[in-house]
Amino acid sequence: MTAGPIYGLMAEFETPTELVEAAKGAYAAGYRKMDTYTPYPLEEAAEAIGAHHNRVSLIVLIGALLGMIGGYSLEYWVSVVNYPINVGGKPFHSWPAFIPVTFECAVLGASLAAVFGMLALNGLPQPYHPVFNSPNFVRASRDRFFLCIESQDPRFSPSDTRKLLESFNPEEITEVPY
Amino acid sequence: MAPVEQIDVRPPKGVRPPIIGPGQTLGTVTDRIAGIVLTKHTPMFWILIVALAAAIFGMLQTAIGYLLAKGVGIWGINIPVGWGFAIVNFVWWIGIGHAGTLISAILLLFKQSWRTSINRFAEAMTIFAVMQAGLFPLIHTGRPWLAAYWLFPLPLTMGVWPQFRSPLIWDVFAVSTYFTVSFLFWAIGLIPDFATLRDSAKTLVVRRIYGMLAMGWRGSARHWNRYETAYMLLAGLATPLVLSVHSVVSLDFAVSVVPGWHTTFFPPYFVAGAIYSGFAMVLMLAIPFRYLYGMQDFITLRHLQNCGKLMLATGQIVAYSYAMEMFIGWYSQDKYELAMVNNRLHGPYSHYYYMLILCNILIPQSLWFNSVRSSPAKLFLVSVVVNTGMWLERFVIVVMSLQRDYIPSSWGMYWFTKWDMAIFIGTMGFFTLLFFIFIRLMPAISIFEMRTLLPQAKVKE
Amino acid sequence: MSNKNDSNLNLVSVGEIKPASLELDAVRKKLAEAKGPKYWRTLEELSNQQAFGELLEREFPRQASEWVDPVSRRSFLKLAGASMALAGLAGCTKQPLEEILPYVRQPEQLIPGKPIFFATAMPFHGHALPLLVETHEFRPTKVEGNPQHAASMGATDLFAQASILDLYDPDRSTVLTHMGEGRPWGEFVLALNAEAAAQKATQGAGLRFLTGAISSPALAWQMKAVQRLYPQAKWHRWEPVNRDSARAGSKLAFGGYYDALYKFDAADVVVSLDADFLSGSWFPGFVRYARDFMRRRKLDKGNEMNRLYVAESSPSTTGGKADHRLVLRPSEVDSLARYLASKLGVAAQGGHLSDQQQKWADAVAADLLQHKGKCLVVPGEFQSPAVHALAHAMNAALGNVGQTVTYIDSVEADPVEHGQSVRELVADMNAGKVETLIILGGNPVFNAPVDLEFDKALAKLKLGVQLSIYKNETTDHVHWHVPEAHYLETWSDVRSYDGTASVVQPMIAPLYDGRSAHELLAIFTDQAGVSPYDLVQTYWKSQHPTVDFEAWWRRALHDGFVAGSAAPARSVTAKLGALPPAAQTDPNAIEISFRPDPTIYDGSFINNAWLQETPKPLSRTTWDNVAMISPGMARNWKLSQIDDQNDHQSDAQRILKIDFQGRKVEAPYWAQPGHPENTITLFLGYGQTRTGRVGTGTGYDAYKVRPASAQYIGSGAKVEVTDRYWSLAVTQGHFSMDDREPVKVATLAEFIKNRNFAHENLEEEPQDKTGHPESLYPDFKYSQGNTYYQQYAWGMAIDLNSCIGCQTCAVACQSENNIPIVGKEQVQRGREMQWLRIDAYYEGDAANPAVYFQPVPCMQCENAPCEPVCPVGATLHSTEGLNDMVYNRCVGTRYCSNNCPYKVRRFNFFLFSDYDTPSLKLGRNPDVTVRSRGVMEKCTYCVQRITAARIASEKDERRIRDGEIKTACQQACPTEAITFGDINDKNSAVARIRNTPRNYQLLAELNTRPRTTYIAAVRNPNPKLESGTEKA
Repeated sequence: MTAGPIYGLMAEFETPTELVEAAKGAYAAGYRKMDTYTPYPLEEAAEAIGAHHNRVSLIVLIGALLGMIGGYSLEYWVSVVNYPINVGGKPFHSWPAFIPVTFECAVLGASLAAVFGMLALNGLPQPYHPVFNSPNFVRASRDRFFLCIESQDPRFSPSDTRKLLESFNPEEITEVPY
Repeated sequence: MAPVEQIDVRPPKGVRPPIIGPGQTLGTVTDRIAGIVLTKHTPMFWILIVALAAAIFGMLQTAIGYLLAKGVGIWGINIPVGWGFAIVNFVWWIGIGHAGTLISAILLLFKQSWRTSINRFAEAMTIFAVMQAGLFPLIHTGRPWLAAYWLFPLPLTMGVWPQFRSPLIWDVFAVSTYFTVSFLFWAIGLIPDFATLRDSAKTLVVRRIYGMLAMGWRGSARHWNRYETAYMLLAGLATPLVLSVHSVVSLDFAVSVVPGWHTTFFPPYFVAGAIYSGFAMVLMLAIPFRYLYGMQDFITLRHLQNCGKLMLATGQIVAYSYAMEMFIGWYSQDKYELAMVNNRLHGPYSHYYYMLILCNILIPQSLWFNSVRSSPAKLFLVSVVVNTGMWLERFVIVVMSLQRDYIPSSWGMYWFTKWDMAIFIGTMGFFTLLFFIFIRLMPAISIFEMRTLLPQAKVKE
Repeated sequence: MSNKNDSNLNLVSVGEIKPASLELDAVRKKLAEAKGPKYWRTLEELSNQQAFGELLEREFPRQASEWVDPVSRRSFLKLAGASMALAGLAGCTKQPLEEILPYVRQPEQLIPGKPIFFATAMPFHGHALPLLVETHEFRPTKVEGNPQHAASMGATDLFAQASILDLYDPDRSTVLTHMGEGRPWGEFVLALNAEAAAQKATQGAGLRFLTGAISSPALAWQMKAVQRLYPQAKWHRWEPVNRDSARAGSKLAFGGYYDALYKFDAADVVVSLDADFLSGSWFPGFVRYARDFMRRRKLDKGNEMNRLYVAESSPSTTGGKADHRLVLRPSEVDSLARYLASKLGVAAQGGHLSDQQQKWADAVAADLLQHKGKCLVVPGEFQSPAVHALAHAMNAALGNVGQTVTYIDSVEADPVEHGQSVRELVADMNAGKVETLIILGGNPVFNAPVDLEFDKALAKLKLGVQLSIYKNETTDHVHWHVPEAHYLETWSDVRSYDGTASVVQPMIAPLYDGRSAHELLAIFTDQAGVSPYDLVQTYWKSQHPTVDFEAWWRRALHDGFVAGSAAPARSVTAKLGALPPAAQTDPNAIEISFRPDPTIYDGSFINNAWLQETPKPLSRTTWDNVAMISPGMARNWKLSQIDDQNDHQSDAQRILKIDFQGRKVEAPYWAQPGHPENTITLFLGYGQTRTGRVGTGTGYDAYKVRPASAQYIGSGAKVEVTDRYWSLAVTQGHFSMDDREPVKVATLAEFIKNRNFAHENLEEEPQDKTGHPESLYPDFKYSQGNTYYQQYAWGMAIDLNSCIGCQTCAVACQSENNIPIVGKEQVQRGREMQWLRIDAYYEGDAANPAVYFQPVPCMQCENAPCEPVCPVGATLHSTEGLNDMVYNRCVGTRYCSNNCPYKVRRFNFFLFSDYDTPSLKLGRNPDVTVRSRGVMEKCTYCVQRITAARIASEKDERRIRDGEIKTACQQACPTEAITFGDINDKNSAVARIRNTPRNYQLLAELNTRPRTTYIAAVRNPNPKLESGTEKA
């Protein structure tokens, strides 16, 4: 038992099935500020804790549009406005020739948006996080499944929450200090 | 880490081999793959291969140094054949890259789970191949030190800009975009695995290094959720991109007036060829890799067979393209097109053309036979042949078309020089070097995706 | 010395290099100390040091000579940087001390950056090529023809164009030497004075002078003076390419030496008996003759066109232009002449012809008789005297004398037959009668008839003096060598083919302290130290003892010729005495004919890189001479070059061992379509052992088998095919047009029937409703809102009928546009740089094909395929329709060249331009960028000239007048084949000619809309004659 405030209570499970059960139970019990930690993407877990919606797609769409518009307007401005030259008797605004670059710019914008949007929403890079304090957490990236109910949750109380978690008979329950 | 088993268990007829060996658990998968990276012991074959590759890479640097000092005249190019090895190699390498993206993106969208164990190094292959390819357009120019930045839309004192009607500018955008996207795709795929390495690292230094690369990944459900979305979207973006890149490359030729280049069906023709050669290269890398590192459990015969089938399929498209190229040439009854066809069949370089047919059409037909598809050795040989053939294809297109165009008085010949060869071989060395360094320092197989393939990874209702 | 810019990949530096006893830096320091006029003395001081003599002997530091690659121009390029002697000298070019008169303005009004034109003339082996020389700050940079001079009419030939490079050649002889050691001029004068005094005692019994063909009145006058002082002294003449046959022929016909002047513009029918009057300046009057002849083939008004019959024994561009060409072995031309003569009522016996030849001759005779007084029979310089005599007789019989041909006293001063003259000299030398021989120009040891063994004879001299612009084979056999001044460096005078005299004014003070023949002769008339200017002027004073001589002199200099000095026509009648019997030759024996090389002439231009790299008009070979044989012979000897479609820029040719009168030479064969069977043509001038870095190691030496008895044609050569190869550098590999018809051609009859023949079977590209070609792109909006093509639209038309493939335009372009040369090895790699190429195509029977020439500059397409593919916009369209090339912007992707269907773009694969040699820098056109490595370049329509004209016109607020701008190629062209101007101006020459039906676009089906168009060729064959050069 550590003194002082803790980040939350961490329950460790052997199988994904147990984890999902536990998560569902906690959610039903009214807990919201909690998270699961798994070695590979586990859609069921996300649904169980009600975190299966995100805004990545929207960001990507915006990125794509910006890239597209940016690309074409660059070409137009350069070839028609800023420094128009007669090239092989082709019109200044040779739109068919401008398509490939426009397309590439759109893809580039979208991809950058996807990656950096995702990282931003995830708050990465994040060198320090309390969950790493829990002793066995290294296995979260190997073969163990963790559920953590955070002390920020209004319903959180060290005793009741621990009871609730024990009801899902995990391998182990640890307090996660800050 | 000693390989578990060295011999292939040939499955009984009709039974599809599994995509992951029996008896693997979340733990073993993790340890086997992470082990390659985290072990202190570097295998001898690795040292030998890297040493050799480094030597060849040295030759590449020398050749490029001499090139910069002297000028492109050290190559065999001339008027009329203004493009030679450099462009041939460029198209060849960029084509090879394509299979990586195809496996990681398109097969992902089609939910082809077998892709999982090969997509990581296939992506690496893509990135390294594109690096080789990107080298050539730059050094093949007469004044690389200017081309290096004049080809990008940067504000200059003279207020001049790139000329966006030129396919070469499309190339610049296509290739650089392609490289960036492939790299991002590969990089975010690595994040969870870096976390794994961080957590299973034995020494503090290693843990710190992979810790930084993992950016604090902790496998939170919310993170996984966004991660998956981003990953799928990237796949969705990479798919049209990979098709566009080789199409744009093919436009370098199709946009021109040169008979043999000026053809509307070049884009699909080139894309098919690219994937063809790409899968050949995947096999050329996968087969030695699984053997050397004893990865037969993760890269099973099933993977090799599937690659073989894809090669067969794309190979037929390529064969069709060759046929159409000639047919349209004849069908047009245009005197210059006819001369082009005639030059392919009877010109001074016709032997290249016939070798191309042999390598890209005839020999690969052996892939119809399961016996060939299930034998790593034979698959490896076919892949080598196909990659040779694809190089010849580009040589035929670039050189044989330029060599005899419109005005008979200007027809000419092209002979490559030792410097052409040195730079071509050199890029192969560079590629190998990068690839083996990657294998040593990063998980060559996606660990977290492998986990999902295990039966115990599923949630039981 | 670094070989940084060295393109030759296998260039090897040989072993250890000992430091020279006196190195450049030391010399430079010495020169640096010296300022201004003291400078020259400094050089003399220097030259007294043995070490410096040695240094200059080598002409470049010893490292330089250690490079072992004769063919690569690059090597000499690098090395040239080392010839510091001229670095110093060239640095201080100054106007000649005497006043020279500019063509348009006084030198005092020199405006830096504005060229001044001076009139002068180039002495060319016995006659003059009248010139205007463009000078920038008194540095001559370009020669043009003198428009006011009858012999030029503004045009030149390629030798004149290239002569400017000789002036600046770093390999020129730079120091006066005695036994190979540097000596000051003063010492030489003393030595010669002593000798002169000694000779006076014996009336000059032991004194001999040897010169080439001289038409300089002043020099002849000096020579007379010398002969007065030394009655026993003799003046011998030797030109390797001499006019002995013409002389002998004229003696046969007229009993004296007369030159024939032809009026081709007055001739409806021209018969050439091996006369290549359309090929080069070795046919005196070539430039004017070519123009006169082609004036009759323009078809600009009506359907009038002359007809040319050529019977020739070695393919020439003249034969290429023939309406009917008869291929004969050299000896058969004589028979043909006799037969023809007898048909025309000239008493001539002999002349046995084959039936086919007779048929030809009969038709020709008939045609001639129909055009009495309006026809012309021209004998070839390289034919027997009998042919000349017969030709004179035929012209007389046809009543052409006075109409199409006139006779004047020989232009050559005191004409002799050179073969005879040199034979006498050698006899005297061998007999020990000669103590002192003064060789004024030339290289007899190399090019005198081999059987005379001139070098051995020289050994018997007490004193041998050579005045020569290069150190050559002869230099090693004489005691004194005096560097000769280039004709642009010193005063002289000369007569053109019609006798018109010109004063040769120098453009620049001698770069290397060169001397002229005038100065050397002056020593013998006790006038040592009298300047050539005074000598020449004194002579002309004596000719014009008028009070206003000064005005007359200025006029003569200004115009570039002495008004009314043309030789008066002599009324001579050809009385055909007993002709020498027709040479009876065994039809099976292999006949041999010697011809001057089309580009380096008799060898005097061997170190001229422009000419070396200019393709020979018919074979397109460069940097070597070949032994021409017929395709038939090649097939018999199992030589395959003609069979395989040789796309090779580099052609490995089997080497033939040719044995003539017991002397042997080895030469690469060339199977030339239209070459007579059983005959071999050797080209003179190559294979020199002692010359500059350009000429060394090029070609084989045909003089080695050229005896006095057979100067041009001989019989009984033995040929043996060796199994060794000679790798030639050929700029064109494919000589058939296939089905592509880049050259459109019709006979006159066809043309009259169908004036539109040039536009037949042209695939029209699909058009949309508005009528312009279907395309994703709308047309560039030329009319709306932008200035494109509103004021001027430049265009060029090239008349394929007039083009004689003489290559003059190509060399003019090279000179005007600072085009670098690349060397044999690079030409073999297909990297030649000449912007303007003249394609040669053969059609029909290889034994006697039709030949077409097609000059191909940049087409300046309005829809230029090269432009859209350039990633950096380095090539784009100007508002006047030029396809501009922005060198500074070019990054060198070469995509534009790939996409150019005409393949007219040239790429600097290496740093081809010479950035080092100081003297070459002087000769560059300051208005044109010197391109660097990795940059694409091409024809610009001489944009610098357009700009100059625009500036001029804008200053006096007018449009540029039609004809105000002449491109370099157009200006140089002897036959006015090229027209250039503003096609917006409907009355401009070019606009008018573009509207004629014969005007067509090359590769029109590609819709590139070229601004350069071609005027289809029309031949005028004799309907009665089936064989010949109709399209096969």
